[in-house]
Amino acid sequence: MKPFDYIRAETPADAMRADARIIAGGTNLLDLMKLQVETPSTLVDVTRLGMTEIERAENSTRIGALVTNSDLAADPTIRQRYPMLSRALLAGASGQLRNKATTGGNLLQRTRCPYFTDISQPCNKREPGSGCRAQGGYTRLHAILGASEHCIATHPSDMAVAMRALDARVEIESNDGATRILTFDEFYNLPGDTPEKETNLAPGELIVAVHLPDPPAGRQTYRKVRDRSSYAFALVSMAAAVAVEQGRIASAAMAFGGVAHRPWRSPDAEAALVGREPSAELFDEAADILLADARGQGGNDFKIPLTRRVVKAVLTELTGA
Amino acid sequence: MTQQLKMDEVQPRLLDETGQGVLTTPLDRPEGPLKVTGTAPYAAEPSLPGMAIGVLVGATITRGRAHVDAGSLRDMPGVLGVYTAGMARNPAQGTANAAPVQPEGFVQYHGQPVAVVVAETFEQARDAAIAIRVTYDPEPGAEVDPETASHVDGDPETFGSFDKAFSEAPVRIDATYTTKGHSSAAMEPHAALAAWKDGRLMLRASLQMLKYNRNEIADAVGVDPDKVRVLAPYVGGGFGSKLGIAQEAIAAALAARELGRPVRVVMTRQQVFEMTLRRTETRQRMRLATDRDGHIVALGHEDRVSNLPDEVFSEPVTMATHFLYAGANRRYHHEIARINRPGAGSVRAPGEAVGMLALECAMDELAEAAGLDPIELRLRNIPDEHPETGQTYSARSLAACLKRGAERFGWSARRAPGERREGEWFIGMGVATAARTNSLGESQSRVTLNPDGTALVETDMTDIGTGTYAILGQIAAEMLGLPRDKVTVALGDTDFPPAAGSGGSWGASSSGSSVFLGAKAVRNALAEKLGCPPDELRLQDGIATGGNKRSAIADLLDAPISEVGHIKPGETAETHSSASYGAHFCEVAVNAVTGEVRVRRALGVMAAGRILNEKTAASQVHGGIIWGIGAALTEALEHEPRDGRVVNRDLAEYHVPVNLDVPDVEVEFIEERDDHANPIQSKGIGELGISGAGAAVTNAIYNACGVRVRDYPALPDRIFPHLP
Ligand SMILES: Cc1cc2nc3c(=O)[nH]c(=O)nc-3n(C[C@H](O)[C@H](O)[C@H](O)COP(=O)(O)OP(=O)(O)OC[C@H]3O[C@@H](n4cnc5c(N)ncnc54)[C@H](O)[C@@H]3O)c2cc1C
Repeated sequence: MKPFDYIRAETPADAMRADARIIAGGTNLLDLMKLQVETPSTLVDVTRLGMTEIERAENSTRIGALVTNSDLAADPTIRQRYPMLSRALLAGASGQLRNKATTGGNLLQRTRCPYFTDISQPCNKREPGSGCRAQGGYTRLHAILGASEHCIATHPSDMAVAMRALDARVEIESNDGATRILTFDEFYNLPGDTPEKETNLAPGELIVAVHLPDPPAGRQTYRKVRDRSSYAFALVSMAAAVAVEQGRIASAAMAFGGVAHRPWRSPDAEAALVGREPSAELFDEAADILLADARGQGGNDFKIPLTRRVVKAVLTELTGA
Repeated sequence: MTQQLKMDEVQPRLLDETGQGVLTTPLDRPEGPLKVTGTAPYAAEPSLPGMAIGVLVGATITRGRAHVDAGSLRDMPGVLGVYTAGMARNPAQGTANAAPVQPEGFVQYHGQPVAVVVAETFEQARDAAIAIRVTYDPEPGAEVDPETASHVDGDPETFGSFDKAFSEAPVRIDATYTTKGHSSAAMEPHAALAAWKDGRLMLRASLQMLKYNRNEIADAVGVDPDKVRVLAPYVGGGFGSKLGIAQEAIAAALAARELGRPVRVVMTRQQVFEMTLRRTETRQRMRLATDRDGHIVALGHEDRVSNLPDEVFSEPVTMATHFLYAGANRRYHHEIARINRPGAGSVRAPGEAVGMLALECAMDELAEAAGLDPIELRLRNIPDEHPETGQTYSARSLAACLKRGAERFGWSARRAPGERREGEWFIGMGVATAARTNSLGESQSRVTLNPDGTALVETDMTDIGTGTYAILGQIAAEMLGLPRDKVTVALGDTDFPPAAGSGGSWGASSSGSSVFLGAKAVRNALAEKLGCPPDELRLQDGIATGGNKRSAIADLLDAPISEVGHIKPGETAETHSSASYGAHFCEVAVNAVTGEVRVRRALGVMAAGRILNEKTAASQVHGGIIWGIGAALTEALEHEPRDGRVVNRDLAEYHVPVNLDVPDVEVEFIEERDDHANPIQSKGIGELGISGAGAAVTNAIYNACGVRVRDYPALPDRIFPHLP
């Protein structure tokens, strides 16, 4: 860890400093600082700023950026109206970590790519232009969708996958007093040739909340496949909400974790489901569309057929087909 | 006075005659409250005045010469020194008794320590250890894949005519299994505090075998062993990784001497994975054949393991295969690939832990090929005498364990593969034999009985979380007729008589035998004072009776009686094949969509001679079975395919089983005495639980869904592609 200054923000304005790094639960940032993957010279602690409310407004629910993962998972509104989110949270990390981890921090947690977390290795995300050593290496955790020649890392969050399926939006404040509200696709970037630029959050900006629109119609679930029963990142995960009316799929939202640089959604695959009668063939068709451009790296090739199996099982469960 | 015994012949079962009733009973560990309240000081915790902190620097190439530029830290605050001379390449192997390789800057694996940076504070040292400039002259010839290694040692070994017997047999299987490397992954990282005074070294460390460790550190720093005192009163798990002196202790001792201040060095979690000895990966080809009655006629077990060049240890993969099952024609071929991965060494049950993953899975395959129940196949092949040496077996309750386990587990309800399903889950049962070689190591301890009716046991034996404090106190209390809480046990200090140490499952029996002998000598002295023949003496609740006399033990003493017990292995180890045995039963659920496996029930029925404490013994079996679940389902050291370094170097990515992976594990012991093992008729139990456990899991997977996993661990992607 490099020596750093520590500031405790008393007002949101204190936290919006381009020269400082925000620390919330610290469960991701501190680990990376010990390895000197992250080397901020100033930390600004936001944990006294409130932002711990879950507020229900008309047509939406607003989750403060400092609501812990434990509190969010246990919240009655979330459990009743957004059960996939509650499940996703509880499928992540461990009880102790979820007690510390915050909503904002969870969105911004960094990839678990072992080349990113080892500073003896080149990594375009950590050191732009140094190369991607993951390719041709150990790739079990890596992306099958949306990767680039510069980076094949995945986003590790479970929470964000459910939020993506729920059409959540991120509320951001900056030091000029402006507030922006971004969809997840606006917030998160694909790696392209700038994998270091993971989000569109500018220096000095603070995430203040996440907004969930009213829940989608139909049934919801979150399913996570992993290498041990608990306390492991997703190999593949899927958050979905599907409504069936008069024997046909009326609406479908599906988001995937463990497969891409950001929570992944395929509007075309969803569209293919709508208006059709649920069946194994239809689900295969949706999986074909979802996985049309999927590419394995060797060690993660299995994720392609595994994703298909998960899609079929989840859609079968939600539609009762 | 020293009471010495060389185990040349069977000894009377004195512990069946004593009447205190504290032995075998499931008493709590006396040090338990200290541990759960965080007040038992582990090696990284004590401080000394003037202490400085060292952090190791790992190499970032796989092979070549490292040049450490100490000057690059000139401007770093708090830095006191950078030391490179004498850094150890890897920890000493168990019982090495000499320093490990100290290659003076020559790197043979990625992560090998090349320097220790010492500073006033931990934070300064850690930062400087990353900032330091190290340049390298890489050398060609780095090889990291055991399958393609150019240097492979090893020779075949054959009994009878294997090829002929195998090819002519009516029932045969020929299958190849692989296992990944494992890390001991003890909760407590390797840690040491070294201080020199008047040319004498005090080393506070986390170690398993102090008698050897003292010689190893003395050799590594070039002093006489009597100038060294090693202390390890509490050890937060070793599992083999702390058998030999490791890099952090050598670095601390060398830096402390140079600097003239006490130095503490603790490995980071990542360094524990990168630098300590791993369990090798293995490839194992099993060829088994039976006659028409299910009697094994040919047995082949050929394996490939790996280690660094010139490390003497190699994983004894076929350890159990040699003695477990009958069969006149046998073939082995043990190959050691010399590669540039971190050093390989003993990890809990070296040999059996991985060898039985293959052997016991192959037995399941053979049973199916022979059309026999897997338990029946095993029962038919329990040999009358050691099939290779002709030795007699000492106590061996394998058949009883298999039968009792089958009954308790409900084995008769097992169905054909794929026939039991609950919703999305296939359900199946598996069985495997447990077996772990038993041995006795030379061991001494001092037993002192005080006039106030208390007793003290002292030995440099360690308690690595196993329950040594508990059982040595119980043996002494039983022998001396005292309540357990009247006996104090002091361990982990080389100023005490030297013990065998914790390793190879021999610790409890070896150090326990020495306590038994010491206490027996104290009894003899008491009998003399009471005026009765020693074999008439009865001691119970502080009262001595015998030869019509009766006295409070305290009244017989005007000064403490102190005796040293000293056990040595002898003839019985030559004449008899000695092992602990058991049977593992397991029920799993396999997810039909994803191939994820959940263990639903596990039962171990074990026999390990006299059980010294039913609670600590059961804990060892529990832990062993959990390790077996890990080996079967989750644990795998992943090496970077190009440079060999460990990529999953923390507990988030190296997957030991978590609570949700472990069901209620049931353990039952079969009553047994092993007269040929040692004078207390006990046998090793610390590694028995892991031996075979993982194969019961994969056999259950097969029974559940019909997928035979031969590449461990059985991760989802090893299963789902083969499901319908
Ligand atoms: C062993 C382990 C296992 C885990 N397993 C899982 C898992 O299975 N699934 C899963 O989803 N997660 C898992 N996690 C990750 C965990 O969810 C994250 O570490 C946690 O959510 C991060 O939240 P935090 O508040 O601690 O963030 P911090 O570590 O405090 O911050 C993380 C990042 O977010 C930034 N930040 C934080 N708050 C704000 C804000 N309000 N505005 C702007 N920037 C902000 C920080 O500057 C930093 O860059 C695991 C973590 C560990 C250590």
